[in-house]
Amino acid sequence: MRTLISETEIRRHRALYFFVLGAVTIAFTLAFLFPVYWMVTGALKTPVELAQPIPTLIPESFQPASYADAWSRMEIARYFANTVVYAFGGWLFILVLDVAVAYALSKLRPVLGNVILGGMLASLMLPASALLIPAYLTVTDVPLLGVNLLNTPWALWLPAVANAFNIYVLKRFFDQIPNDLLDAAAIDGAGRLRVLWSVVLPLSRPVLGVVSIFAIIGIWKDFLWPLLVLPEPAAQTLSVALSRLSLTSQVPLNMMLAGLVIASVPMIVIFLIFQRSIIGGLSAGAMKG
Amino acid sequence: MAVLSAAERTQRLSPPDPGRLPRSGRLRRVIGDNLLAYAFMAGGLACFALFSWYPLVRGIVLSFQQDNFVTDPYWVGTENYALLFTDPLFWTAWRNTLVFTGLALVLGYLVPLFLAILLNELRHLKGFFRVAVYLPVMLPPIVVVLLWRYFYDPGNGLFNTILSGVGLPTSQWTQSPSTALFSLVLVSTWANLGGATLMYLAGLQGIPGELYEAAELDGASVWQRLWHVTVPQLRFLMLVLLLLQIIATMQVFIEPYQLTGTTNPDTITVMVLIYRYAFTVNNDFGLAAAMSVTLFVVLAAFSAVYLRLTRSQES
Repeated sequence: MRTLISETEIRRHRALYFFVLGAVTIAFTLAFLFPVYWMVTGALKTPVELAQPIPTLIPESFQPASYADAWSRMEIARYFANTVVYAFGGWLFILVLDVAVAYALSKLRPVLGNVILGGMLASLMLPASALLIPAYLTVTDVPLLGVNLLNTPWALWLPAVANAFNIYVLKRFFDQIPNDLLDAAAIDGAGRLRVLWSVVLPLSRPVLGVVSIFAIIGIWKDFLWPLLVLPEPAAQTLSVALSRLSLTSQVPLNMMLAGLVIASVPMIVIFLIFQRSIIGGLSAGAMKG
Repeated sequence: MAVLSAAERTQRLSPPDPGRLPRSGRLRRVIGDNLLAYAFMAGGLACFALFSWYPLVRGIVLSFQQDNFVTDPYWVGTENYALLFTDPLFWTAWRNTLVFTGLALVLGYLVPLFLAILLNELRHLKGFFRVAVYLPVMLPPIVVVLLWRYFYDPGNGLFNTILSGVGLPTSQWTQSPSTALFSLVLVSTWANLGGATLMYLAGLQGIPGELYEAAELDGASVWQRLWHVTVPQLRFLMLVLLLLQIIATMQVFIEPYQLTGTTNPDTITVMVLIYRYAFTVNNDFGLAAAMSVTLFVVLAAFSAVYLRLTRSQES
């Protein structure tokens, strides 16, 4: 593809091009990959080696046991499991409830549907941080029900559903599915739910994939909200627990680094597998808001 | 799906034709669809009502109330705001937040644009650059912040070791008033610039190559092409990302919370102060809500411009 500098210009300045390419490669490796490398290998070093005034690039001591120690002694296993439950539960709630809303708004077109969509989109204008305090109070004493959701998964699952961006993306995708297709299914005797399940959802696989990935990443990375609504250590996410351990107790540095690595692994795995959708979804988000 | 019963099977053979239904049947269908639609939406609507619409109203109401979680809330008029505006921390937090946002714009706004233009011209290793620049964005923020805490360590942190290794003066980083905010901006920029870079890259790839060809034929140099083709073509995206970044950086929390604590006047930000009013010492939810309202008012202006921009682009 033609860009700012043409192929002939690049060929004319071959040496310069390869110099820039080399410099950028080194700079990117140092700036973005090295910190991750330092974290992974740092966890393998003994506390003594980590405390040396001159850090070693390649671990001289080799102590993979810090990962096992972190997993058991810092109870990372428990926090990891918590986070998995929160992320997958939230993902499930988002998929079921947001898809249902988007389908209803797009294909059933209820009275006041546009008002509801408008109200949801208007919430995009509200920065999450501005709602922090009243949303927290809602969690401590849910209106009408009068229950306290602090330290329960519901405190993460339910607010995750109230995401206008998901609904907007899903609705726009459903809007593009021709109604003729739905009518044909209806004539074959399919009810509304059956049409959703057997016609709309299979066609929507790409958009469902993107919404799913971003939902899971979002919950896994979230910090401030879980920090507020999960004060009980046993219920905390890995992020909140790591923060608490780093501020309050004397965890050895190598174990802490191992904890950081463990917290990152799922995100890195998801990224490497779904690179294309993540990067594609990102640019689509930029263009469409 | 269950196997269809015999009765349902016969129904399938003679489907009701919506066009020929008697009037009462059509009405019933409309009502039925509406009921069904609201049944579908019930869960989602409840979540929006509980965690978006109701908190908005409650937040504003709360800012005019005294609520400490112990006694019942009661009205105090504008007392929270009066208290807020006379609290020196209020002004410190806002000043820090604005400085943070300004610094983040200088660092985090132009660097991604520059990186994207550079990467777009490189013919090799495209996949590697993309993965590398976006890797920090995928790390959970707590991981980034704790990792950088060890880099910043004034004793034998990596940064000071490198600095003294090449004969440069070392720094106290987050622990000195003059460098603390800058250190926080540096972490935040490192962690987030990948997103903007990839968005710019996508924008660059949408620029038709003919524009560059035409400019080249007209004798435009590389710099002229950059200025007269690339920049105007990206103008909309640049504006959108500018607004998004302002909105995001003004809500900065984890960097000051984790690296410098909630009581450090050098780095206290609006979000940290909200957290502090509500969750440490005095549990003053009214005061915290009033602080949130000031943040909301400022951010809503940027959000409104952002939404108007993106909507006008779509239609």
